[in-house]
Amino acid sequence: MDMKSLYLLIALSPLVGSVIAGLFGWAIGRRAAHVVTILGVAVSAVLSIGVLKGFLDGSTQVFNAPVYTWLTVGGFEFSVGFLVDSLTAMMLVVVTSVSLMVHIYTIGYMHEDPGYQRFFSYISLFTFSMLMLVMSNNFIQLFFGWEAVGLVSYLLIGFWFKRPTAIFANLKAFLVNRVGDFGFLLGIGLVLAYFGGSLNYSDVFAAAPALASKTIQIIPGVEWSLLTVTCILLFIGAMGKSAQFPLHVWLPDSMEGPTPISALIHAATMVTAGIFMVSRMSPLFEMSDTALNVVMVAGSITALFMGFLGVVQNDIKRVVAYSTLSQLGYMTVALGASAYSVAMFHVMTHAFFKALLFLGAGSVIMGMHHDQDMRNMGGLRKYMPITWITSLLGSLALIGTPFFSGFYSKDSIILAVENSNLAASGFAYFAVIAGVFVTAFYSFRMYFLVFHGKERWMENHAHHEHHGDHDDEEPSDDHHHGLGPNDKPHESPWVVTLPLALLAIPSVLIGFFAIHPLVGGEFFKGVIYTNLEAHPGLEAAMHHAHDAMAMGLHAFVTLPFWLAAAGVALAWFFYMKAPHIPAAIKQKFSGVHTLLENKYYMDELYFAVFAKGSRALGTFFWKVGDMLLIDGLLVNGSARLVGSVSRAVRKLQTGFIYSYAAVMIIGVLVLMTYWFKPLILR
Amino acid sequence: MFANPLSLVIWTPIVAGLLVLATGGDQRAPLARWLALAGAVLGFLVSLPLFTQFDNLHGGMQFVENMPWIESLGINYHLGVDGISMLFIVLNSFTTLMVILAGWEVIQKRTAQYMAAFLIMSGLINGAFAALDAILFYVFFEGMLIPMYLIIGVWGGPRRVYASIKFFLYTLLGSLLMLVAFIYLYFQAGKSFDIQAFQALKQIPLQVQILLFIAFFLSFAVKVPMWPVHTWLPDAHVEAPTGGSMVLAAITLKIGAYGFLRFALPIVPDASIELSPIIIGLSLVAVVYIGLVALVQTDMKKLVAYSSISHMGFVTLGMFLFTGSQMNAWAVEGALVQMVSHGFVSAAMFFCIGVMYDRVHSRNIADYGGVANKMPIFAAFMMLFGMANSGLPATSGFVGEFMVIMGAVQVNFLVAALAATTLIFGAAYTLWMYKRVIFGEVGNHHVEEMKDVNKREFLILVILAVTVLGMGLYPQLFVEKMHLSVNELIAHVAQSKL
Repeated sequence: MDMKSLYLLIALSPLVGSVIAGLFGWAIGRRAAHVVTILGVAVSAVLSIGVLKGFLDGSTQVFNAPVYTWLTVGGFEFSVGFLVDSLTAMMLVVVTSVSLMVHIYTIGYMHEDPGYQRFFSYISLFTFSMLMLVMSNNFIQLFFGWEAVGLVSYLLIGFWFKRPTAIFANLKAFLVNRVGDFGFLLGIGLVLAYFGGSLNYSDVFAAAPALASKTIQIIPGVEWSLLTVTCILLFIGAMGKSAQFPLHVWLPDSMEGPTPISALIHAATMVTAGIFMVSRMSPLFEMSDTALNVVMVAGSITALFMGFLGVVQNDIKRVVAYSTLSQLGYMTVALGASAYSVAMFHVMTHAFFKALLFLGAGSVIMGMHHDQDMRNMGGLRKYMPITWITSLLGSLALIGTPFFSGFYSKDSIILAVENSNLAASGFAYFAVIAGVFVTAFYSFRMYFLVFHGKERWMENHAHHEHHGDHDDEEPSDDHHHGLGPNDKPHESPWVVTLPLALLAIPSVLIGFFAIHPLVGGEFFKGVIYTNLEAHPGLEAAMHHAHDAMAMGLHAFVTLPFWLAAAGVALAWFFYMKAPHIPAAIKQKFSGVHTLLENKYYMDELYFAVFAKGSRALGTFFWKVGDMLLIDGLLVNGSARLVGSVSRAVRKLQTGFIYSYAAVMIIGVLVLMTYWFKPLILR
Repeated sequence: MFANPLSLVIWTPIVAGLLVLATGGDQRAPLARWLALAGAVLGFLVSLPLFTQFDNLHGGMQFVENMPWIESLGINYHLGVDGISMLFIVLNSFTTLMVILAGWEVIQKRTAQYMAAFLIMSGLINGAFAALDAILFYVFFEGMLIPMYLIIGVWGGPRRVYASIKFFLYTLLGSLLMLVAFIYLYFQAGKSFDIQAFQALKQIPLQVQILLFIAFFLSFAVKVPMWPVHTWLPDAHVEAPTGGSMVLAAITLKIGAYGFLRFALPIVPDASIELSPIIIGLSLVAVVYIGLVALVQTDMKKLVAYSSISHMGFVTLGMFLFTGSQMNAWAVEGALVQMVSHGFVSAAMFFCIGVMYDRVHSRNIADYGGVANKMPIFAAFMMLFGMANSGLPATSGFVGEFMVIMGAVQVNFLVAALAATTLIFGAAYTLWMYKRVIFGEVGNHHVEEMKDVNKREFLILVILAVTVLGMGLYPQLFVEKMHLSVNELIAHVAQSKL
């Protein structure tokens, strides 16, 4: 099989599964629907691992070729095409392996849902879209994949389309992402207009060095660097998809979707598309320090301030969601520090441990009969041992425990930021260091509340609350009933626990083995470009990456380790030992607590300004512009005139369509004769 | 005369329409329906050779037919198509077929006349796109209004009289001036109404060009419609039956934009360049202002009507993006793709609304809610068309907007940025409507009683879905037809007539 067919097979086999399950799910039934979609993704996953292996041992060459011509215009040709290099290969494996785990997990999680086949169809469609995104060799297909994953995300957040909160969340997610796409598309426009008239990565990157000092006027009279403007516009796209401040508001609400997709789409893969994109564009971003500073600031704010929000959440999924936001901020900071390879390394480790944490949370939710409130949990380790152990491993990876995967990627980020020479790096360093403590605290707050301490599901049942911020709206289906008075939590079936166990393995181990090739070695050579002379931050991380064992041992004498340990200890003290203290703090600093609980009031602000503002403006244009001025003054004035004429004419109506038509045609002929009279007489 | 493919696409539906009309009253409605379907299928089949046998490597007019009509006045029955007009003839014949199917059992009164009106209109519209003689164009251009006027006036809603008068008044105003322009050009071109002779005129003073442009503008801007002469469209759509809205949105609006390409730009290029900032401004108003107006509509048909105006803003924007005297190839072809795509998408959107209207007899968003519970298949299709209306890649709705935005960035970044707001507005008004109508709990007992699509509706939805996706995934099929014609147009417009 040639490489092109191989890559087509990788991309298309999930699509085939999706189409079969989606269009014929009603006929083939549930079992066949999950078999066919899992088969499709499994084929992709196996082949992807083969491709990655080829890149690791050097037997596979970079593949860059068109598949078919999508459009030719103005003499330029735009094709759907594949670029498969080491970066793509890594993403292929991450996407397909996590997707495969989520597919299997879904058999258990969606077991009772009437939309079973539809769900499998969507997640396979997502996998296809994500694969097209990472395999693209040009900006258009990238945008295709970009929007397609956004569409599937929209469909899946609103999967339970009867729930008002879900269909509010999916609309919000789509529109906020569209704001990002607005910038992204304009960025693509600038690339097309100035970078040699092509949208193929290789052509664009080749044209970029010559444009280093080119400026353009966007506001007449003000010269801006072309590369800076282009990179910032592209990054706005990344901000939408990867939920960076201030376009992060959609991600917490996306938790309205079923948990498997929170793991797959809103943690492991889709939200990292922005990180992937900027890494892919590293030759462009390396040429603009301004853009890199912007990237770094956005990432720092997200990393720290979204972490704070995780501290006050009571919904188990939302804690993991804010943790995801914060970790995406870490990746973005790494991008800003020009440590693209480190960012991608964190994308990979995060994909595994965060998918694990989400699926673990989902398992807990199932065990709790779809109650998501951590205040009703506690002591679950006795009832759900596999979920407990795997969640603990995931949490340890997340907080950066030495030798766990998250440690290697997060410490590399911190090293790169520490040694970055950008203006924003001081703030960024503070944010990522402080973030270590915050991460450890909220992660183990969740861990202790869920798996340890008193079993609270009995006592708290009386004031059982619906999760989320729309408490007033009652859920409409049978998914939120919680444990009954005599129920006990139960461990999930093997289709749920198997993916947990399988994801726990890379969550623990992959960092140790991957850091050398990915960060220290040559794996991304020629694919991701960092100008080490201008941006030396990465060098420190590369240096440490050469010896994973030494790096792990050295960690015990570094600040991040002790911050993380302090976070865990504080969480233990607050939630195991002295639960009256957090309550007292909450009371004492109720202002701060309210601010955090309301997510800094950004949702309210956006709703008031953008949603209400555009509706008010629309109403004004409609009522005043269209109805009062245009129709009222101009049209109806003349229409009244005609109206009075037609009232007279109406008396002549006979009611037969023939006579209408005849009169009309005669009328036209009479008019035409009248107009032509001067010509005819001449 | 009937051997020529263009005469065939004009007269086949008209003759079929007359035959349908001859079936008479409603007691023979089934016969009228099947006859109309046969006519529409035949009309579509005879239009296909135009597409398949079109020579992509030939820039001029193809399938030309020319014979004298009124010799004393130099009026000829002169037909021909290039890569631009050909696409719209096929689109129109396709839409007519969809409309006949859409009205199948929905129209119970005066069925024969209803079907006949659409068939005759289809022939007249094809004539307008195929005409190479200005008077012939004018006759078809005005003639096609008559069936539309009747369709709204006879099968329309309660305020149909107001709507049809508004429609007629608006359109009449412009076309009279266009006729005056034709007569002026007739003398300039040596007593010929040949459109190509108009275009070939070498010298026209700028003042005259501007007057001519205004005459064309008033006629075509109403049809597009451009802000501020757009207010007839929402009213017409609201009152028109489903089929009327489908044709109105899919085809009638395109004639206006086509007029700019065939008349205004090549005949008076200098005035077009001179006045292009105004057109660009009005187009951007259409995208932004109308986009916001669409957001607050409570009537689904009005919402989609405003959405049409907003999308047509991209068409006029794309046509008038000049760098010096050079039109932008991206933007022009984008405008054309947008026209074709909008033909499919808007027809599909209006059809979807019609499907719901047939069941609940309301167009009010507030009267729905949770339709997906009762009509899941329908909901899936409407999701696809809603996404196409929001310009999602891999649907046809993306291609044209993408091309125009790409072209606009090359000309003026701020114009591009304003145009690109459609990414947000388009998604906002379409998906917000979708959310309120389709998602959620079953809204009321009317929705509770809704039945999912029948076989006929399913067929229409499938055909439209395939076209919308096909054009999004492989636009090259359409775009390669228009390249040479667009290049010729650009070269022609670049030559000053001063």
